[in-house]
Amino acid sequence: MFQNLKARLGLIFLLAALCVGILFWNNARKGAMVTLGLDLQGGTHLALEIDESKAALTSAQRSEAIDRALKVVRLRVDELGVAEPVVQKAGDSRIIVELAGLQNTNAAKDVISKAAFLEFQVVKRPEEAQSVVTRLDQAVARAFPAEAAKAPASATPAGGVFQQKTPAADSAAVGRPFSSKLAGAGSQGQLIVALKDTAAVARYLRSPAVLAALPRGTEVLWNVPSAEENKDVRSLWLVDSKAMITGEYLANATAGTDQQFNRPVVFFELNRRGGRVFERETGRNLQRQMAIVLDNQVYTAPIIQSQIGRNGQITLGSSTLDEASDLALVLRAGALPAPLKIVEERSVGPTMGADSVNKGFVAGLLGIVGVVVIMLAYYRLAGLFAVGALALYVLYTLGSMAALDAVLTFPGIAGLVLSIGMSVDANVLIFERIREELDAGRQVRAAVSEGFKQALSAIVDSNVTTLLTAAVLFYVGTGPIRGFAVTLGIGIIISMFTAIFVTRTLFTLYLERRSPAAQGLSI
Amino acid sequence: MRLFTNANYPIMHWRKRAYAVTALLFLATFVAMGVNVAQLGSWLNYGVDFRGGTLVHLAFNRPVEITDVRAAARSAGREDWEISRFGGNNEVVVRKETFQENLGRSPEEDVRDALRSRFPDNTYKVVRTEAVGPKVGNELQYRALIAILISLAITMVYLAVRFEWRFGLAAIAATFHDILITLGILAITRNEVSLGTVAAFLTIVGYSLNDTIVVFDRIRESLAKPRHDQTYLEILNRAINETLPRTVLTASGTLVTLISLFLFGGPVIRDFALVLILGIFIGTFSSIFVAAPVLYFIQNKWPNKPARQQAASSRSARPRERTTV
Repeated sequence: MFQNLKARLGLIFLLAALCVGILFWNNARKGAMVTLGLDLQGGTHLALEIDESKAALTSAQRSEAIDRALKVVRLRVDELGVAEPVVQKAGDSRIIVELAGLQNTNAAKDVISKAAFLEFQVVKRPEEAQSVVTRLDQAVARAFPAEAAKAPASATPAGGVFQQKTPAADSAAVGRPFSSKLAGAGSQGQLIVALKDTAAVARYLRSPAVLAALPRGTEVLWNVPSAEENKDVRSLWLVDSKAMITGEYLANATAGTDQQFNRPVVFFELNRRGGRVFERETGRNLQRQMAIVLDNQVYTAPIIQSQIGRNGQITLGSSTLDEASDLALVLRAGALPAPLKIVEERSVGPTMGADSVNKGFVAGLLGIVGVVVIMLAYYRLAGLFAVGALALYVLYTLGSMAALDAVLTFPGIAGLVLSIGMSVDANVLIFERIREELDAGRQVRAAVSEGFKQALSAIVDSNVTTLLTAAVLFYVGTGPIRGFAVTLGIGIIISMFTAIFVTRTLFTLYLERRSPAAQGLSI
Repeated sequence: MRLFTNANYPIMHWRKRAYAVTALLFLATFVAMGVNVAQLGSWLNYGVDFRGGTLVHLAFNRPVEITDVRAAARSAGREDWEISRFGGNNEVVVRKETFQENLGRSPEEDVRDALRSRFPDNTYKVVRTEAVGPKVGNELQYRALIAILISLAITMVYLAVRFEWRFGLAAIAATFHDILITLGILAITRNEVSLGTVAAFLTIVGYSLNDTIVVFDRIRESLAKPRHDQTYLEILNRAINETLPRTVLTASGTLVTLISLFLFGGPVIRDFALVLILGIFIGTFSSIFVAAPVLYFIQNKWPNKPARQQAASSRSARPRERTTV
């Protein structure tokens, strides 16, 4: 394969174009060609663990507890509003949270450590909701007069059911700043807000003057932003601020299927005291919606079909079993068996990160210059081929890192710079062999071909062992070591390709263009 | 340009001297580690990554006397803080043995409180903080060790399959040599051992193996050729000399990039680069003066099958397949 010079050149150019494309695409998408690690862009890294000092857990309990905690931490991290936060399980007992660019570590720790709090709250009836919206309109108009003036006074946004029922006299004077931001009412009685308006609505709802206008005992809650739902909107729920019951009474929750209709349901079990309270509350609120609220965000809001005692079930209409187990997990999360503790914390300021990147870049550049000078001085024309291969090596490596979404960390930069020095090793091996063959009196073409062939086994063996080391590092290592292993591994594979395939192609190209009679080779 | 054309140094004859050098370095390593155990309580100067604890890195707006920072900490009742300079005149690193497990309070607040009286808040910035629990620290140490052992084991198996068991053993001996001496350098310089150091360390292991295998590959090739009355010793010596240009050139290329990292990479990377630079020297030394001599030692201890028979069974003796690259 690839005996054909054109095919070889085509492959090289294709890969180069691919790498350039990926790098620019990443740059447009994420603002950086290669994702930088927290140590380079600044940010906070936290490792959390289940605190077992108060209660010993079995391994099954531990694994469940960590899944619950993961869910809760994810919800809370979303609250911080950090772009692309990382929340993931590390091993079987640890959660890693990475917040890029976030400087206020304390705020992050506060939010993450806040006790998970589960509440069941009754959703306001539509007619109550309507009057609340009217009151909110007036309050917002008073609190934010400038914005209220700009709000359409009479235009009814699509699906704005509430406006149609509002007395016209109210709206004529000031417009409806609040309800004009609503995209309509959802099927379950929630208010829908288009994503572009959520910031404004959230600002209104944080204003004390606006909050004061809410009827006594009413609360406005956002839903949990979920990937499955329509991504362009978020929902607002108007609920009784007094919870029917809180998570402290919850004993267990499991997902299952409804025996009658075979629909996914969530079974939950309350403790004795919770059962009594819940029985009374559900009896009072039959046929009303009950919002399941975790950390002040509405997860879902099923309708109370009948009085519920200690054992209840939530039927999830058309949802899947996955969603049911998700909800069960959220319910259980409200009653974490053990608190979380922080076992590791690192934060890096943005100045140090930027500084490191710049210095790493300068060092890398100068390192390349040094290697280029050595190769050109030592091997002349052949050295030029190696330099061409080196340039492609750098491009391919960055491109692969971008494509694999590998994170460039500080040790990673060092690994990359180092691999620049090491990447010419294969070429050195090949060139030395070619020199030996020429010394032995072979013709140029034969010497080149023989040199490549002879050097191959040393190149493969030495690189494979390094590759194995990189693999071990990846499996055993954590954090920056892993990043280093990825960079190292990618570097080795690509350096083999460029040093062997690319230089060979350049040699072939060169030899084809010169007259067969010409003797000697600049090496 | 050409270096070492037809070089023929009696390297194998110098092996006794090389052993002496190695023995001396080993001795220095053990002495330094012993001194460290007595003075620091551990073999190496483990950073917070490994021993657990807290680190707060401060950058002052103006050059600052380290004694001032120490005095401020002392007057706040923080005698146990270890305060040292970092990079230039403006930067200081505060280390604490303790790790605060409870959530909420950050390590930098402690430092701010302690320094407030002497340095009103705006004269410095907190550049980075690190806090690692003792359990995490132990785990990292354990993982680093496991990583090194597993990669050594895998390499040995690979070499035993591709070459012959004695090559694998000799390569591991050479690598072990590098590991020990690099640790010795870390012990002598009391360079702080962090996760980055481990990465550097593993790179050295990789590089040295790389180097050794190239020499071994040449030895394997020479052994497979019909011998013209050459002894095993001469074959080894020849192979080392033949690979000398490559060894030196690759080492120089790598060193150039590392020196660039050391000089221009900034203070954080300086330690890392230094470990690597020294490691390259050691790795190069060992692949010339340790690996082949150890191979020779093993060969003498457990003699091989007769040469001709061995050549016939060696993998390289098979006709090479036509490979296009």
